[in-house]
Amino acid sequence: MALGVESGPPKIPLARDPRFRGLATQLVLFGVLALVAYLLVRAAANNLARANVATGFGFWNQPAGFDISQTLIDYSSATSTYGRAFWVGLLNTLLVAVLGIVFATILGFIIGIARLSSNWLVERCATGYVELVRNVPLLLQLLFWYNAVLKALPDFRESIRLPGGVFLNNRGLFLPAPDFAGAGETMLIAFALGLVGAVILAALAPHRRIVAVGAAALVLGFPIAAFLLSGAHVTFEYPQMSRFNLRGGIEILPELAALVVGLVIYTAAFIADVVRAGLQAVPRGQVEAAYALGLRRLYALRFIIVPQAMRVIIPPLTNQYLNLTKNSSLAVAIGYPDLVQIFTGTVLNQTGQAVEIVAITMAVYLSISLGTSFLMNIYNARMALVER
Amino acid sequence: MIAQTTSDPAERGALAFVRSAPAPDLPPPMASVGWIGWLRANLFSTPFNSFLTVLIVLLLAWVIPPVIRFLIVDAVWTGADREACLSLPAHPHVGACWAFVRDRLAYFTYGSYPISDRWRVDVFFIMLAFGTAWLLWLDAPRRGLGAFYFFVVLPVTSFFLLYGLPPAGLEIVDTARWGGILITIVVGWVGIVISLPLGILLALGRRSQMPLLKVLSIAFIELVRGVPLITVLFMASVMLPLFVPPAWSPDKLVRALVGVALFSSAYMAEVVRAGLQAIPKGQWEAAYVLGLGYWRTLGLVVLPQALRVTIPNILNSYVALFKDTTLVFFVGIFDFLRTIEVARADPKWATPVTSTTGYAFAALFFFLCCYSMSRYATSLERRLAAGERR
Repeated sequence: MALGVESGPPKIPLARDPRFRGLATQLVLFGVLALVAYLLVRAAANNLARANVATGFGFWNQPAGFDISQTLIDYSSATSTYGRAFWVGLLNTLLVAVLGIVFATILGFIIGIARLSSNWLVERCATGYVELVRNVPLLLQLLFWYNAVLKALPDFRESIRLPGGVFLNNRGLFLPAPDFAGAGETMLIAFALGLVGAVILAALAPHRRIVAVGAAALVLGFPIAAFLLSGAHVTFEYPQMSRFNLRGGIEILPELAALVVGLVIYTAAFIADVVRAGLQAVPRGQVEAAYALGLRRLYALRFIIVPQAMRVIIPPLTNQYLNLTKNSSLAVAIGYPDLVQIFTGTVLNQTGQAVEIVAITMAVYLSISLGTSFLMNIYNARMALVER
Repeated sequence: MIAQTTSDPAERGALAFVRSAPAPDLPPPMASVGWIGWLRANLFSTPFNSFLTVLIVLLLAWVIPPVIRFLIVDAVWTGADREACLSLPAHPHVGACWAFVRDRLAYFTYGSYPISDRWRVDVFFIMLAFGTAWLLWLDAPRRGLGAFYFFVVLPVTSFFLLYGLPPAGLEIVDTARWGGILITIVVGWVGIVISLPLGILLALGRRSQMPLLKVLSIAFIELVRGVPLITVLFMASVMLPLFVPPAWSPDKLVRALVGVALFSSAYMAEVVRAGLQAIPKGQWEAAYVLGLGYWRTLGLVVLPQALRVTIPNILNSYVALFKDTTLVFFVGIFDFLRTIEVARADPKWATPVTSTTGYAFAALFFFLCCYSMSRYATSLERRLAAGERR
């Protein structure tokens, strides 16, 4: 051991210097990955050349030539392209996601609040629901709703008639279609304008309560105003029984109904747990303090409990929304034409371009997920507790 | 209260109005004890609660009896084919067709595994049950050895047992013939065995100081978590054969296993990361000060603590993984759910109640597995928290 005066830090052998070791590890890792990637790409190129599969995205503009059972935009098997089929599938996925999110939120909040009820029976039933639904695979539930429930409904001749001109049979649910005598498009545009206005309001408004009320007023008020201004005509086209089918009205496919019912029931169980955890996360003292200040139960809920619970609830709730959207891809099992069924199913089988198609499908889901988490981060930053 | 009179003449001169013995407690009001009190407190505390109680009772009375009648009372327990479960004038109300499940139980369990070799599957089930019990029973002796058995010995032996080892007299059984509960358990178990170590590595990569490692880990985790499992399975089943020379092309089951393992690793990584974040930095620093290197700090100090706090979460993600195994259905593998789908479409048993019976049986199986796993996780959570509760 040297007793002399040394200057500077002790010398570390190069092999033990953490900085050097980190750098070396990363270089080796990079080299290995690059080699693996090169080998994979070369093998893929060889295989594709041998299988005589086209590469690139040229198929996008080729005619599709297959039918789709539910299309929200114009589509015909004869003239539409694969690209058009993609948009049809994406819109169908988004339709299921939006319907599922709305109903699952309502059901989930009801069940979640019921789990904290002081009523023993209500609490047990809600808990039983959550345990039963969470522990059975979603795919099994979807198959059950589709094959065992909806497909077992009576034939259209013996349709179940619900009040209001609604028919239910094994071909789906038939609703009366409102006809606004030409004002429908105006209302749709007004609705879109209302949505844009609500978003602008949310970005600019100084106070959250203004946002909630104002957004609701804009989104609902615009179409209603358009409806009233255009003369308030509305007639309903009722489904009519013909010899071979029910005609007219809005037809909801059994596949869509089964998918929405299955997703709502499944996701609601998870949302219920999120809501319960959020409400339980509000310290008891907060509630007691609110009562001590003389707030009534409703006011305590409105101003003390819910705002604090929402801060805990919203991030995992968004996660559940994303899960629901991703789970909607199980539509394949029951033949609902969503993005995965149309694109990774039919289009993949027809073109054989697995790499491009799987990549596009993944990119769609990935951008939905990443976009949502980006918005979530902004929201969290705004909602974070401001401490001294 | 005060006026207590006494007949004793000796006390008459004393302060007669002061009570010298406590009065006996009055019995509590009838309405607040016993079952009446319980009802009032728990079911009829407010008018709204009373309304809810009545509503729920009516709802249950509407739902429960038909379910019980279908599953038990009207159910058909024995029979050779669909005739038994058809609605005949003799018994117009037919419930669940359990005879169908009994008839096809072997198919649901083994798929098309050769009948003469099914003992191998049984041995696998027993070995797996033994390993699982060893790990789950917290006071079992030599639990380290149990983990070694579960994560190392069992995978190797069961591969040869199930797939075959000609020199030892075990004929090769192609994975295309595996099916039913066997596949469901194999997929779930391989996912469990692979996802934990891979998830730990990914979580460490995500928390690493090395930028390249960190970026790659984050990219992998977020990519996989951002897409549905079904697209990962499609990718594994259609793209994997493209990326290897044709001679090495993996079989269908292996492709699905790769997909499931990658998917569950990404989720496991986030679970483990949460555990790692719960370990104070001081633990690392203290271990470094004691002269331990990175891997020994990790293995001896950090991971034991981090995994300990996350065990319930790990188990919960295993429950999710077990439910997700049903998705291998889509890449042409005969898992339990697929065998149900095939069997219910079989003309031999085609009746209006066959589908519902098959689904009820599958639901019961999954419910029992998943519910017991999550109950175990809950009890473990309580036990682990006991130290902090003091």
